[in-house]
Amino acid sequence: MSPTTPSSPARRNRARTAPRPGLVLEVDRSTPPVLLHHGEQLRLEKLPAGRSRIIYPPEPLEPIEHPDAAIRRALLEPIDSDPLPALLFAGMKLTIAFDDVSLPLPPMRRPDVRQRVIEAVLDLAAEAGVDDVHLIAALALHRRMTEAELRHAVGDRVYDAFAPRGQLYNHDAEDPDGLVLLGETRHGEEVQISKRAAESDLIVYVNLNLVSMDGGWKSTATGLSGYQALRHHHNVKTMRHSTSFMDRDNSELHASNWRQGEVLRSAGINVFQIETTVNNDLYGDGPMAVLAKREWEWTVRDRATFMGARAGLDRMGPPARRKVLPRWRAPYGLTSVQAGEVEAVHKVTTENVYRQQMVAVEGQTDVLLFGLPYISPYNVDSIMNPILVHCLGLGYFFNMYRGKPLVREGGVLILSHPTTPEFHPVHHPSYIDFFEEVLADTTDPELIEQRYEKRYAEDEWYRHLYRTGHAYHGVHPFYMWYWGAHALAHLGGVIIVGGDPATVRRLGYRPASTLADALEMATDIVGPQPSLTYFKNPPLVMADVS
Amino acid sequence: MTEALVFERDLVRFGAARVASGWRPGAGGGVGPLRHRNDVEPLELPGPDWVRLAPRLSGICGSDLSAVDGRSSRWFEAIVSMPFVPGHEVVADLDGRRVVVEPVLGCVTRGIEPVCGACAAGHLGNCEHLAHGCLDAGLQTGFCCDTGGGWSTDMVAHPSQLHDVPDEHDDAAAVMIEPAACATHGALAAGVQPDDAVAVIGAGTMGLGVVAALARWTPPRHLVVAAKHEHQTAWAHELAGPAGCTTVEPAELVRAARRVTASMILGDGAHARTTGGLDVTIDCVGSADSLRAALAMTRPRGRVVMVGMPGVTTVDLTPLWQREISVTGAYTYGTQVLGGQSIRTFDLAAELVAAAGLGRLVTATYPLDRAAEAIAHAGGAGRRGAVKIAFAPATSESRSTSR
Repeated sequence: MSPTTPSSPARRNRARTAPRPGLVLEVDRSTPPVLLHHGEQLRLEKLPAGRSRIIYPPEPLEPIEHPDAAIRRALLEPIDSDPLPALLFAGMKLTIAFDDVSLPLPPMRRPDVRQRVIEAVLDLAAEAGVDDVHLIAALALHRRMTEAELRHAVGDRVYDAFAPRGQLYNHDAEDPDGLVLLGETRHGEEVQISKRAAESDLIVYVNLNLVSMDGGWKSTATGLSGYQALRHHHNVKTMRHSTSFMDRDNSELHASNWRQGEVLRSAGINVFQIETTVNNDLYGDGPMAVLAKREWEWTVRDRATFMGARAGLDRMGPPARRKVLPRWRAPYGLTSVQAGEVEAVHKVTTENVYRQQMVAVEGQTDVLLFGLPYISPYNVDSIMNPILVHCLGLGYFFNMYRGKPLVREGGVLILSHPTTPEFHPVHHPSYIDFFEEVLADTTDPELIEQRYEKRYAEDEWYRHLYRTGHAYHGVHPFYMWYWGAHALAHLGGVIIVGGDPATVRRLGYRPASTLADALEMATDIVGPQPSLTYFKNPPLVMADVS
Repeated sequence: MTEALVFERDLVRFGAARVASGWRPGAGGGVGPLRHRNDVEPLELPGPDWVRLAPRLSGICGSDLSAVDGRSSRWFEAIVSMPFVPGHEVVADLDGRRVVVEPVLGCVTRGIEPVCGACAAGHLGNCEHLAHGCLDAGLQTGFCCDTGGGWSTDMVAHPSQLHDVPDEHDDAAAVMIEPAACATHGALAAGVQPDDAVAVIGAGTMGLGVVAALARWTPPRHLVVAAKHEHQTAWAHELAGPAGCTTVEPAELVRAARRVTASMILGDGAHARTTGGLDVTIDCVGSADSLRAALAMTRPRGRVVMVGMPGVTTVDLTPLWQREISVTGAYTYGTQVLGGQSIRTFDLAAELVAAAGLGRLVTATYPLDRAAEAIAHAGGAGRRGAVKIAFAPATSESRSTSR
């Protein structure tokens, strides 16, 4: 075993068998109650026998045994590109951009894969005599990363070498002197990118592909861009035509980013893309491992561990839970690393993501059930506010499909989450106003876009907080709402179990006290005895629906 | 003998009311200094011109509640005489006529000549002689031992206080004329300009009246209304008329003010404030929290108008000083200047009540012998979906009616 590779279920599995693929379990009377995440808490629910099924994620893939060697090999033997050393020369301007704090979820144990890749790139740059190097957290309109978060992503050695000299920093999408407009796509979409990146001889993009939406041209065309360009694909129309946005070939979001990528390439922007994938080992070997086990395989010890964890979380108040849970660092293992030309690299990456996450599912369901966890890409070390509940449920989880949505058109989505009207005042200031002002007026994404987006996007206060504090951009809650636009157009109704009733209604959904109540309410929309699918996630899983 | 609710000087009951109302506003009606009596001697007429009235409806105002709950400011001690019968929002019978009472007891009612400068200018509420002349101390009917008040079956009034009720006004509409006059005076005191951004804090009777008055006389560019309860929000939207308003919960006021003025917020928690802010804030609550919010979201050199009776409050006035904000009171009514013309506030109020249908704000009426229930209802009006609660003195021993 490599000294840097943690022991993992995948490693244990190898002794037994290969990691098991995902599973669709038909629920019968002998099926035990199933674990649901409920925000910062856990629940066990018995599903109706004879008409329910559970989609379980595949077990963690075997990690690469020597990740540093694999990374170096990817840099030296890239896809459709010269080796990285051949692209590096003394006197050049090199910009290394990397994915921000929104990935992975939860954060990974040290060393973060970005640190490994960046250190490898910097070693090669040093060998080539490159000394004009900038490192940029490609966060687009996300909040700026803190020093601790940057240190975690790139490692202390890199941070201490570059940050004090102003060569490691967060992208600023509102810096009037920091962005350049490179032109328009054939669809009239403006293309904007960090000035430093545009003026560099080479951009090395260091990606971590947690879901298939990530990576490709989205890394640079979105991550290093600003509102002027992002509004062309972060909008209702694009999201409604992305079916799903996790499926590159059927995603207008990706098509638009790829068109912007063409403009980048035509403008002479050289990108050396490095993409990585990790397995879905969120919990390691410790007591948390029970959360990834299939319930009928729980031992007595597992049950005791689960009961203890559940009781402990229930007893803690939200502030205590928010101190404890974000401390968890997942022992992901690297499953692939590929580098070179953006599109060619991304094809391989996507296959590797699917290899870990995809489960074949036959047919759609009347009612789809998610248990939403405590974390989403936009509340790392923060609070999962109601708009992020919408985004995680109707955006990310709903779109974890290829082919057809898991739930039929006009079907019902049930979410399990407390959905309290709590917001992180530093991270999400415009979300508070979005909730108070915009959602009080309408929940229709198109009306929201028409009536409010521009004002929020150009609001000086939000701009100030984004640039100087750790606030998401003023327009960000709009994007979170649009992320659910496809689901909103597809679904007949949304019910949130255990959510604060007034808050749930503000979102335009129906509150239910229990899952049984929610299922009963769903029959008003989809008729009696509906089929139910529980999509057990996390760990991340994607359905290939035929 | 007449039936009346009499406010007596009783320190023990006053203390009990103060304690009880700390637990629940309006609880002072059951244990406080207000007593229901059937043996009150009819009042003597204070002067030859005075007339005797039979109240039909008499509203419960915030200042009445404050007195009954033992929470009035001691400021009033010199301009109130006990025992008194409360009730200054009154529609009454007078020899077959229906009249509303303009309750301020100024120089004319007190037989004082020459009248003071304020009365001469028509600013009745600012009269300098509230404790002089032929009447004992009393700033208004309903706080003076010589005049009685509307919470009785018999009271007296000077003809200068009386306004005939137009036939189209029912009693509910008529009893709203006095609070509508206060609201009109408050709204006009704010001097709102068409391009102003304005907030109204509070959406009880006074706040809703101010919203209606602003919509009718001086609609601003943007109006934000802080309302705690759903029915208040609905009323605010209706009364704001075609120009509309934004309604928010009180805790969201500063953020809402920031949104409509495109300013920024500095500080957090109790010290959060807008960098710019609203041109005018009209505080219809009068609490420390509402005044603090008003000072936090009104722009430098802006204006705060206190329409709600404030009482004793503790507020950091640093923002008032640092931002050069003007804070002005708006008490009762008198004469307004509108479009270059001087008009009595009561006339404007009668017009406003008719135009906005403010009679609909009277939610429930009670007979005098159910005073404790009525006061409790008024104390919890917002929570209980009500706006204005009134006594119907002629209906004692009958059941209350609600709508």
